[in-house]
Amino acid sequence: MSGQSEHVTKDELWGGNRSPFSVSYGKMMMWFFLVSDALTFSGLLTAYGVIRHGSSDLWPVGEQVFEALPGLHGSYPLMYVALMTFILIISSVTMVLAVEAGHRMDKKGVVKWLGYTIIGGFIFLGSQAWEWSHFIHGSGGGFQINQPMTVAAADDAGNTYQITLDNGSWVHMTSDFGHKYEHAMEAAKEPVSHDAHGGHGEHATAETHEDISTMVPEEIILNKYTLEHKDGKDLRKLVVKGDDAKKIWASMQTGSMTFGASIWANNEYAIQQQYANFFFFVTGFHGFHVFTGVLINLIVWLMAVKGVFEARGHYEMIEKIGLYWHFVDLVWVFVFTFFYLI
Amino acid sequence: MERDDLIVNESYALNAKHDEAAGKQIRKKLYAVTVLLTVITIIEVFMGVAFKRNGTFTWETIKLTFLVLTLVKAAYIVLIFMHLGDERKNLKYVVLLPYVIFIMYLIFIGLYEGVSVQEGHNIFG
Repeated sequence: MSGQSEHVTKDELWGGNRSPFSVSYGKMMMWFFLVSDALTFSGLLTAYGVIRHGSSDLWPVGEQVFEALPGLHGSYPLMYVALMTFILIISSVTMVLAVEAGHRMDKKGVVKWLGYTIIGGFIFLGSQAWEWSHFIHGSGGGFQINQPMTVAAADDAGNTYQITLDNGSWVHMTSDFGHKYEHAMEAAKEPVSHDAHGGHGEHATAETHEDISTMVPEEIILNKYTLEHKDGKDLRKLVVKGDDAKKIWASMQTGSMTFGASIWANNEYAIQQQYANFFFFVTGFHGFHVFTGVLINLIVWLMAVKGVFEARGHYEMIEKIGLYWHFVDLVWVFVFTFFYLI
Repeated sequence: MERDDLIVNESYALNAKHDEAAGKQIRKKLYAVTVLLTVITIIEVFMGVAFKRNGTFTWETIKLTFLVLTLVKAAYIVLIFMHLGDERKNLKYVVLLPYVIFIMYLIFIGLYEGVSVQEGHNIFG
């Protein structure tokens, strides 16, 4: 929208005294910054692709890892991240509407649409915080087994399979049992220390934990986050019950029990840590961009409210911060595809 | 040095203005793009949930479809929302050419390397 309809000769265009790109210095520099920033993100996402293709272990599947909604039980694959994507797209739309209002010198319109953009940015940041928190805490936890064995497992449709597990195979607990076991583990770690802390004593006795040594899961889940298919059959999320579940439980590898994700140690999503490492780094780096974007938007919104741009005679600043905000949305489009879909 | 955003005459920002009638046209286009982006996102999520990776519908085709849909979304954001489609041709090239040249090469060489590493794992354990 920057004077593209003017007709200038080549000599005039490149002869100095004007920008050959017909954009102001500030807008051009914003574009150049975004070019370099996009190269950074391209490098990160390509690195993710390299590690993922070079990984010898099964890689977690997006729609099996991210299937929770706040406050709800059950499986809602990709619904939460779809909502986050939608929020970011809508905040991009309100931003471009603020730019359009700026071109009409409509101060009220700019303040309104930029305000909605800021709200959308905050909602996205909050959603990402919840997503991280859920990812870190995990759902149920998992462990590795210390000997090969064959067990009977059933899928959702009720078909049963004989599955052979290798030594070191990764199996998962149901989220109900896993959370109970995690609490019991924590309670077993410090059985009397609660009483020493005065006020906590009452709390500790009121809460009864099961004896950790007698806890046995009724169900064990195979392939909870990864995929496995044989002969055209989908063998995701197979459930092992009864004696076979006890057999798996009894052969737990010492110290392999893991809950959620950590960048320091194993995580329940994959034996390989890289999955969580890349997830934290790339979505964190993107989240940092969203955070700075919201701050910049907030500053410019205050300037717009005060009438700085009205006095300046144009609202080009909205265009410049708009470029940055759309870029944040653009990066998320790629993060969404590579971390959640593919 | 003069601040370009304070220049009143010959300012590119001043050329970028339009009236209410033109604004109505632009907004119509923006809403159409919004609907398109939303629909593509819904299709992507539906595909991600619905298609199991069991070989009945080749997963590679789905993956390729995801990439194409992502690029379509990215193109609409860059060309319409960021107004790159309305800029001069030389600015378009300055912004887009680095990706066509360097990132395509980086992706090619990176994935080639990754696949080779995996083959190494398969052969040597």
